[in-house]
Amino acid sequence: MELTPDLRDCFTVPGKLALPYTYFAGRIGSRFLLALQEEHRILGVRCAGCATVLVPPRATCDRCQADLADTWVEVGPAGRVENFTVVRYADRHVPEPVPLVLALIRLDGADTPLVHRLGGMDPEAVRVGLRVTAVFAAEPRDTLLCIDHFRPLAPQPSAAGPRPQGG
Amino acid sequence: MARRVGICAVAQTTWERDKWSQRFQGMALEVLEDLLARTGLTFSEDGGIGMSISVSDDIFDARTISDNAMTDVLGAHMGCEEKVAQEGLQALYYGLAAIRSGHVDVVLVLGHCKESQPASRNQVTHMAFDPFYTRPVGLDFTAAAGLQAQAYAARAGVGDRHLAQVVVRARQLATRNLKITGLPVVTAAEVLASPLLADPLRELHAYPVSDGAVGLILAAEERAREITDRPVWIAGVGNCMDSFFLGDRDLASNFPLRQAAARAYRRAGIDHPQNAFDVVELSDQYAYQQPMWMEGLGLVPAGGGGAWIDAGGPEAARVNLSGGMLAGNPLILGGLVRAAEAALQLRGEAGDHQVPGARRALAHGVMGPAGQFHTVAVLERD
Amino acid sequence: MKKNRNVGIVGVGQSVYSSHREEVNQPEMIHEAVVEALEMAGITMAEVDCVVHGNMELFEMVHQPDLWHTLGTGAWGKESLRVTTGGTTGATLAAAADHLVASGLHDVVLAIGFEKLQEGHTTGGITNMADPLWGRQLQTGALTGMTAAQMIEEFGAERAKAAAMAYRILMDANAMKNPKAHRRLGLRPDQAEELAANSPALVGELRMIHMCSQSDGACAMIFASEEKARQLCAQPAWIEDHVTAHREEMFCLFGNAPVLTTHRHCARKLFARNGIRDPRREIDLFEMYDPSAWWGLDWLREFLLLEGDEHLRMVESGAIAMDGDFPVNPSGGVIASNPIGATAMVRVAEAALQIMGRAGGHQLPRPVRRALASGFGGTMWTVLFLLASDTERQAAA
Repeated sequence: MELTPDLRDCFTVPGKLALPYTYFAGRIGSRFLLALQEEHRILGVRCAGCATVLVPPRATCDRCQADLADTWVEVGPAGRVENFTVVRYADRHVPEPVPLVLALIRLDGADTPLVHRLGGMDPEAVRVGLRVTAVFAAEPRDTLLCIDHFRPLAPQPSAAGPRPQGG
Repeated sequence: MARRVGICAVAQTTWERDKWSQRFQGMALEVLEDLLARTGLTFSEDGGIGMSISVSDDIFDARTISDNAMTDVLGAHMGCEEKVAQEGLQALYYGLAAIRSGHVDVVLVLGHCKESQPASRNQVTHMAFDPFYTRPVGLDFTAAAGLQAQAYAARAGVGDRHLAQVVVRARQLATRNLKITGLPVVTAAEVLASPLLADPLRELHAYPVSDGAVGLILAAEERAREITDRPVWIAGVGNCMDSFFLGDRDLASNFPLRQAAARAYRRAGIDHPQNAFDVVELSDQYAYQQPMWMEGLGLVPAGGGGAWIDAGGPEAARVNLSGGMLAGNPLILGGLVRAAEAALQLRGEAGDHQVPGARRALAHGVMGPAGQFHTVAVLERD
Repeated sequence: MKKNRNVGIVGVGQSVYSSHREEVNQPEMIHEAVVEALEMAGITMAEVDCVVHGNMELFEMVHQPDLWHTLGTGAWGKESLRVTTGGTTGATLAAAADHLVASGLHDVVLAIGFEKLQEGHTTGGITNMADPLWGRQLQTGALTGMTAAQMIEEFGAERAKAAAMAYRILMDANAMKNPKAHRRLGLRPDQAEELAANSPALVGELRMIHMCSQSDGACAMIFASEEKARQLCAQPAWIEDHVTAHREEMFCLFGNAPVLTTHRHCARKLFARNGIRDPRREIDLFEMYDPSAWWGLDWLREFLLLEGDEHLRMVESGAIAMDGDFPVNPSGGVIASNPIGATAMVRVAEAALQIMGRAGGHQLPRPVRRALASGFGGTMWTVLFLLASDTERQAAA
């Protein structure tokens, strides 16, 4: 086999996958999204078997298979940053602006944290343990982005703090 | 007692940033012809390849049912072809099951991926997230890995300096792997200065985008001994699925990998994995995963990842002498290439990175955000 | 070929098949099928060792959807495998589950096929099957008028069209007995002419009424080792054998030479391997993947290794009806319900239900000892299953 193939006259052809999709949130998801949209309330579900309040809500506990319909519990809107990363690359699917802080936020009253974006502060100043609260979108949206982002409960210094380090 | 299954031959293309002059069928054909030449097999119904298992992903291929583009390459004219649409090490698991069941004697496993084809790898993995809760915030596997790295690093004492060491070593080893082309060596200073992607992940911590194909021939013991004088036995395979939502998991706990490893070890009859392997090939898509997966495999004490690197653990444990995923294999083929590399070691065909006398090896694959799903395979020679 | 150990089907679950499942998301819909299958098998997820999952990514545009679907599949903490082969996916999943149990790796495997076609664009998704350089501009989804044209040429327009419509109306009569079926139209034989005249033409003589639906739905099946199956189920459906055959993407590679169909190829191989000489007499039921009335009609000849017009006569005489000599698709078949990633599994599942005596309103009036089930997909690919009851296996032994 030739190690350096002759690449003259090799074509590349641009293509695009563009198809429309409409996803159904289901009854449980819809209830959650409506509560966000219309009442600015955040709902979780409680698994009695696991003694756990789960956010986002789901119809079934994936650990014990319990049916979680009608086990609504109100959580948040404040919570604690359990973990975070700062996404520093721009891409079509990454909400602007970058750097984007994605944090695992455990809402008050919930056991499982939720991934959402943090705003209203310098990305370099985010740290685990920070108290934050939901900022709801002014206009109705169809997804979790009914909560536009979370912001610190207490005013934060705008200057850059120490950069997060990997240990 | 079900019959033993052996790997009889291994082939792979080079792994390059952009094989723009080749379609994926062409890459796969290169591997197929190599495998047939090595084994003398055909697709004859009488003793030939009885089943082809392809590995690919419709979204990476930008084609619905992308294996329909592969039937002629896979010899599936009136023959059996099935596609494992998951991380490629799962094809080994499936081939093992199909042969042990008695249904078929010889199986071709052939995976391909062109990560260079989509606009970005992150756009593809973004589509693994649900449309309501996790897509809208922009998650992809890189961001999820950032969250996991953050959780793990603190718990295991793994810092930026350790991660730089992992990358420097991988790039250095890659120069000895003839299948890796065009990947420069780097210094620790270069890794430390490389831009952050998703804290604490840096650009140089991430596996390079690559194109290529890899294949194996599997056969029942009797046939395997006819095909090759150096069969590599699949002694045990195990896998495990974790919860989907990142917040439902303890991201640093290694839960699914510990389960997958325990299952593979049990099937292979291994009670003490710590010193069981001459070679370990694991799927380190990001630098932090090398120590983390070693902990999950039970080969490094839990929380001891940083100390393990300080003590020269990767070299001592002969981890990823091929360069690993950090030297560049596509997402969905990582584990299958690891199995191929492990088999090459056990067959004494690993060239410049051969471990003399290697008898038992571990291969590992991972899929999903922050390692939601893991597969572990234990391979042995006579 | 000796199977390492026997595998029985002990549970089947199906969501309702419909084009209106707005009230459930993907994992929730899957969970409906899983719950039903577990209930029929009398087990919980704790007793399941491995979950096998399959569908087509581009129909919903979810990458590696088994990851998200863990919320409904029960796969958490379990072993898992994801296999896809286009339209045959569901049957391939059944084959995979059979291998996983027969191999001794697992005692109990749950296999799940699903599709939520209403969330995507089916014809657009299928068109993306075609080669982007050579075929995509010409592809018309899965719609083809070729079979109708060939049958009209062979048997004359009047007879061919009447037989296709008779097949369609018989399938609807069956679907009316199956509450899970998607399209249950209540067609009457005396409507045949009116339907033939008024149903919109899609391609040539393939009309809307002939074509399968686009459905949302999930099917789940539980496979168990012989030992486990006997504990769980009075009458498991045993997997005797299955054969898979694919063909190249470019059909016309060899010019106009007549090509052996994968259906006939699989049938010959399956019957030879299992000592079946007269399939119509030795098999009690056929659940066929019939994407349109034309294909269903035409393929009877292929699967049953018939010649001439025998397959037309089977339809014209009503032999394929539920009370006929050789019932085909008592479930209503694919024309009635088509959640693509599940569709081929539904064929195996429905055949199993008939053997288990659990098919409910569309249970055949006489016992089913041996059943055939087919999957179809890709570029004319086939998976063909043979299932048997205890009675059949004892008789064979």
